[in-house]
Order: sequence, then C-alpha cells, then structure tokens
Amino acid sequence: MSTPTEIGGVPAPSTAAKPAKTKGGGFSRYLITRFLLIFPTVFILITVVFFLMRITGDPITAALGGRLTPDQLAERIHAAGYDRPILIQYFEYLGQVVRGDLGRTMTDNLAVTEVLTTYGAATLELAINSVFVALLIGIPLGLVAAKFRDRYPDAVLRVFAILAYATPVFFAGLLLKLIFGVWLGWFPISGRADWQTELALTGLQNPSGIYWLDALRSGNMSALSDVLRHAALPAIALGLLTGGVFLRLVRTNAIGTLGREYVQAGRSRGVSEFRLVTKHAYRPALIPIITVMGMQIAMLLGGAVLTETTFEWKGLGFKLAEYLTARDFVAVQGIVVLLAIIVAFTNFIVDILAALIDPRIRY
Amino acid sequence: MTITELKPRSNNAWIGKLPVVSHLKISSGLQRGMLIAGLILAGLFVLVALFAPVIAPFDFAQSADDSGDFPRQAAPDGKFIWGTTVSGFDVFSRTIFGARTAILVIIAAVMMSLFLGVFLGLISGYLGGWFDRIAVVLADAIYAFPSLLLAIVMSIVISQGQSGMLGGIMAAAVSITVVFVPQYFRVIRAEVMRLKAEPFVESAQVIGASPWRIMGVHLFRNATRTLPLIFTLNATEALLTLAGLGFLGFGIEPTSASEWGFDLNRAMADATSGIWWTGLFPGLGIVLTVLGLTLVGESMNDLNDPRLRRFSRRRAKRISQAGASK
Repeated sequence: MSTPTEIGGVPAPSTAAKPAKTKGGGFSRYLITRFLLIFPTVFILITVVFFLMRITGDPITAALGGRLTPDQLAERIHAAGYDRPILIQYFEYLGQVVRGDLGRTMTDNLAVTEVLTTYGAATLELAINSVFVALLIGIPLGLVAAKFRDRYPDAVLRVFAILAYATPVFFAGLLLKLIFGVWLGWFPISGRADWQTELALTGLQNPSGIYWLDALRSGNMSALSDVLRHAALPAIALGLLTGGVFLRLVRTNAIGTLGREYVQAGRSRGVSEFRLVTKHAYRPALIPIITVMGMQIAMLLGGAVLTETTFEWKGLGFKLAEYLTARDFVAVQGIVVLLAIIVAFTNFIVDILAALIDPRIRY
Repeated sequence: MTITELKPRSNNAWIGKLPVVSHLKISSGLQRGMLIAGLILAGLFVLVALFAPVIAPFDFAQSADDSGDFPRQAAPDGKFIWGTTVSGFDVFSRTIFGARTAILVIIAAVMMSLFLGVFLGLISGYLGGWFDRIAVVLADAIYAFPSLLLAIVMSIVISQGQSGMLGGIMAAAVSITVVFVPQYFRVIRAEVMRLKAEPFVESAQVIGASPWRIMGVHLFRNATRTLPLIFTLNATEALLTLAGLGFLGFGIEPTSASEWGFDLNRAMADATSGIWWTGLFPGLGIVLTVLGLTLVGESMNDLNDPRLRRFSRRRAKRISQAGASK
C-alpha cells in the first residue's frame, strides 16, 4: 500500500539519469522508499498506543488498584517511574523500543520479547495453516463462481462467502468444536498437541516451534498426525474467514479476465473451457490476492487473537487475552506494539512482492 | 407489485430511504432477491431491537421469578424455549436484548465515525497542506493496524475494561469509531480531491464563497453520495468488533446489558460438555444481523457499479432498443 504522498513526488526523468540498469534502479528506489516508510508507521502507532494507555492512568493502579493500600501503591508507582512527567516517560520508552526492549510483563515478569519468542511460533503456525485453508477454499470456489456467473452455483457461493465473513471466528470455532469435537469426536477441541507429542517436539534440537514442521523434520509420523489433528479446527475456523474474502476477490477478477480478448482468442483456438478457467483466467486473477494479502495480515492477526482464545491455542493472541483479563497493561501494550511492528514489516514484504509481480505498482 | 416490494423499506428508515428504494427499483432477479432478503433480515433485527422488552419473556439479567430460581444450563423446554445459561439467565431473552445493545453500539459508532471522518476528510481533501499530510500518514498507520487490537486499547483507555450499560455502549462505540474514522476519512478525502477540480467548485470560488461554505455545501453533498454503502458495511464491522471485544471479556457487564459476544465467551466452556444452546443462539444473532446488513450493502454496491448490475431480460431489451433508436 503506497501512500498518495509518494506518488506525486517522483519526477519522471530521474530514472533516465541513471545510465545503467534503469529498470533495477526504479525497483531498488521503490524498495528503499517503501522500507523507510515502515518507520513513521511504527513510530506513529507506538506514540498513539503509548499516550492512549497513559491518558487514564498508570498500569500499576490498573493491575493492583483494589489490592494495595494507597501508600503501597504510590511506592510501587514511584519505583517503576510512572510518577514522572509523561514526556520523559515517553522518550525513555522510545529509547527502550529502539534498543529492542518492550518492557516486562507484570503478572509473570517476562520480557515482552521473550513472550514473542516463546509464543510467536504458535501464532505463525496458525496463520500459515489458515492461509493454506483459505487459498484451498478461495481459489477453486472463486473460479467456479466466476465461471457460472449469475447462475445458481455462483449464488450459492456468494452467499457462502458472505456467511464466511458474517460468522465471527469464535462462533465458527464453537460450532466446529461442538460438531467435530464433541459430537463426532473426530478432532481434539483445544490445544496444539497432546502432551506426549508436545514433549517430544520441544525436546528436539533447535525446534522451529512450528509443530508440523518439527514433526516432519524429525520424521515422527505419529506426532505429525497428532499435530495436524489439533491444527485442523482452528485452521478451518480462521481460514473460512479469509477464504471468503479470497473467494470474492478471485471471482471478481476472474470475471474480468474471462471477458478479455485473449481468453476469447484461446476459446476460438479450441482451448478447453476447463483450461481457460484454470490457466488463462487464473493467473492474472491471482495478483490482486497478493496485494490484498497485506490487508489480510492485519485481519488475520486480529482473527488469530480470537481463534487462539477459542481453541486455547497457546500463541501471542492467547497470551494477549490472558494479560487482558489480568489487567496487565504493560504486557498488553508490549504485545500490541510488537504486533504493530510485525504488521508493518509484513506489509512491506507484501508490497515488495506485489511490485515484483506487477511493475505498474512501483510508481 | 412495486408496493409489496417497497414494504421492507419502512423498517429501515435508518439506512436512508432514498438509496435503498432506488436500488430496489433497478434490481432484478438474483440481485433483487439478495437485496430483499437482506432488507428482511435487517428489518427483523431493528424490530427485535425496538420491541425487545415486549418479545422477551424475562429480563436479560433475571435468574429467578415467583416460582423460584431458574435452573442452570437447562436444555430448551416449554418455559425456557432456548434453554438457560450457566448463571441461570434465559438464553432467548438475552439473545433478544442483545439486538438492542448491538443496534445502539452500531448507531453510536457509525454516527461518530461518520461525523469525524467526513469532517476531517473534507478539511484534509480541500485545504490540503501540512494538516492533510499528517492526517493521511496517521490514517494510513491506523488503517493498516489490526482493528480489534486498536479497539482493545481504546476500551482499556475508556473504561478500564469494565462498565455499565451506557458506559459500556459508549466505550465500545468510541473504540470502534477510532477504527473506522480512517476509512471514512480516506473515502471522503479521495472524493473531495476529485471534486475539487470540478467546474462547480471553481465557480463557487469565483463568486467568492468561503472555503467553509464550499466544503459544507458544495463538496459535502457531492462527496457523501457513496456513504450509505460504507454505512452498511461498517455497521457490520462495528457489530463484529463489538462481539470480538465482548468475547475477549472487554465489553459490557452481563448484568447491565446483554451482549452476544460476551455470551459466546461464556458458552465456550459449555460447548466442551455438549451444551449447544447457550452459544448457538447469540452466535446466530450475530451471523444473521451481519448477513442481512452485508446483503443490503453488497447489493447496493453491485447496483451502483454498472458493470456488475444485471437487468431483467425485458429491461435489458428495452435499454438496448433505446440505445439503438438514438
């Protein structure tokens, strides 16, 4: 997502000034501008979150307000430095963030960065799994909907896509748990793995933390099946949400490409309808998916918080919800800032990918 | 024929009568079916919210009556048609009252974001300058951020996470507002930037109209045409964000108002023991409401876009004939 400010500012002849590799110069320039854009974004979010969290008071009163005497409270506040002028605290906080220190949680006294390294992999795994499910749902069904545009398969699929959007992940999760977990007993209803599997996988040498990857690497097939069985319901719950978006996107774009002349030309050459849809119309319809992926990452993370809580999937979102209930706002602030940084970087990567695929985006 | 089809409109005065009616008129076939289905669902939602005290047999926080305490986690039967929750509340009553909370939050949130977003968008788009630049960067930064997280931060700020009916509704609404202002801002700003170059703005400038008058009269009326559409789409997002907040335990206390997301949070533990009624009904409340509003918004979007609009065969013929005779 490039901001409108940079569109106007780029003078056209500047690429001509570079003698060699005019094309590469354009791209690396875009890469650098886009990279630099991360910093103001993150900076603004950190600032906004910091001041918002401090408007109403300090985290110590919020966490321990009822439990300590006012004197004890004041002492704790003083010790933590929350009674100093807010601007000084702000600059100190900025300095900490620059050094990679996002503060320590109050409830279990962990560094927030430690929370990331401990629980980040679980969230990443959930995200990967659900994007996989989403693509599996979205692309084929979107192509079908485009092919049968305005006939009943399209109508059914469109309602399905809207339903996928209209169902909150936790409600989808609840239904999946009830049907496939409790009544049919096909899948476990919470957690990432059985404790034996968990033990086996965390005992590996430098584990990636993504359980199915670890199980694959160690060749432990029973662990793999256990992990996949645990992963199924959360991935479907979150994947449905994103899958619905993908479905609509592929549908709209494939309708556009199916009407193009080169598809007509293919048809007149005798290319089969199936091939027309899966090859000719499919490829160009994918580009917007990659660009929209950036927006989806934010949505995915928001959804992950809810999915993880639903399935007791011990990732960042699960911890965030835990800290929220414990009113540990230092931890909440830390995790939110952390997620802001992650979102900013993934958006950057997605934009670069999109620019690599579609050169028109660069300027 | 037209009279029967216009009926659902009267339930949806808050959507804005004119846009919906005109959309109904130009729609046909499947699109018309989707629009009408959406209008019926949305109308049902509004009706239920309005008449909640009449429809619901009990109060949302009532766990006993003259004949004694309500049973806990009782399966649906004659008295409690949708069963009772773990605290002995009647699920049916809570679901009905949930519509009321939802609609209040939606109205408050969308009104506030509309007002702020349109105001900022007009200023930013028309006046430009440093204000515009800062606003754009700020809006972009907020826009790219997971909206639920932002809403969580806001609800901490406003209510420290717990509050009564009015406070809770306002907290949820403001949290959601912060998330949506950038969206309205972007749309209005882009529209204003485009309109700024139009002759009618220039003529207003030439007559000597003040910038405020140009913004308030000329640009406002023209730039806000797409808003009914964003309105319906954002209403759904507001509802989903509210439910998400409630599900995380960050919303309105169960005794001060009924909220679907919070009830689902409570129902999670029930589900593991096979109790389905505590979760199913509040969940369906969310899904059907969002579905209805989305269907209305989607259909309006498609009907606004000539490339996606489908005519009935008769009308298509008429149009092509009219085009040919020109």
